[in-house]
Amino acid sequence: MDIEFDEKTPIYIQIMNLIKRDIANKKILVGEKLPSVREISSKLRVNPNTIQRAYQELEREGITHTLRGTGTFVKEDFQLISELKKEMAKDIIDSFISGMKNLGFERDEIINIVSIELNKEEV
Amino acid sequence: MDSVLKVSNLTKTYFKKSALSGFDLEVNKGKIVGLLGPNGSGKTTLLKIAGGILKESSGEILIDGKAPGVYTKSIVSYLPDLNYLHKWMKINDAIEYFKDFYSDFDVDKAKDLLIFMGLEENLKVTSLSKGMLEKLNLTLVLSRKAKLYLLDEPLGGVDPTSREKIIDAILKNYSEDSSMIVTTHLVNDIERLFDEVAFISEGKIALSGNAEELRREKCMSIDELYREVFK
Repeated sequence: MDIEFDEKTPIYIQIMNLIKRDIANKKILVGEKLPSVREISSKLRVNPNTIQRAYQELEREGITHTLRGTGTFVKEDFQLISELKKEMAKDIIDSFISGMKNLGFERDEIINIVSIELNKEEV
Repeated sequence: MDSVLKVSNLTKTYFKKSALSGFDLEVNKGKIVGLLGPNGSGKTTLLKIAGGILKESSGEILIDGKAPGVYTKSIVSYLPDLNYLHKWMKINDAIEYFKDFYSDFDVDKAKDLLIFMGLEENLKVTSLSKGMLEKLNLTLVLSRKAKLYLLDEPLGGVDPTSREKIIDAILKNYSEDSSMIVTTHLVNDIERLFDEVAFISEGKIALSGNAEELRREKCMSIDELYREVFK
């Protein structure tokens, strides 16, 4: 787990996104235990209360659950992975589209450019 | 909430010069607070008053509900911005000195931290570089089991790798039962450590709040916000 912080956004949100990404790409598996608050705190050099908050929000979103005295676990829910993937894909696409529109690209041009690039990759 | 430090309308004047003028701050249990401001803004004066070294001119300061005195000194661990160890000392003498002086000093913890910091016990204090000295002073201060730690510029004049080590030591020492005030003008290196930040300008709070809420509200890092407040 490694991260370049962009401190313009709250750090707990960045940590949540990091964990979500790791669940989506299966670096963290469903049912797996997350590292302890202290562990992440010292690894990322972040205030433990901030990590705690990220964990609480993940639980509130239904991604993890906490067993008292044992730790925080990713829910054993395989649908979770596809949902997280969709959620994160949407963020990437939204920012891509708004970036392209800022550059003055029209809808058809965007579709065109994307398909050209995808075709290049396939070759 | 459990208030560890409560400062209300605090004023300090040195002859005609005013260092604090109507300063307010509250620090709750388990929180790390960044007190941020340029040189001469009053940071050190505040910590000295909280540490019981200076007396306020007016206003109120309560530590665990008490005015600064014998009791508060027993629960406050203060890292001054200047070295206060004697020239004849070796590191292990400094450890003994602290052990005799403070009943809450934990020798085992100090020895652990020395190893963590990469400091050898038989080195002479005068042979240490600025960064090593800062690490030693921090080791001594963090090895007390205090309720309130006051760290005055722990990153000042220290190279980037030593800074990381110092930040790691602070985190290692964090406990829900104690609180910490860290003054600095090197915000970028340490901002992720803070629960709350208070910007101090000309002896008053210019802006304060929860670090995460401020980032969200202003869409800025605390470092950028610092530049905005003090430009």
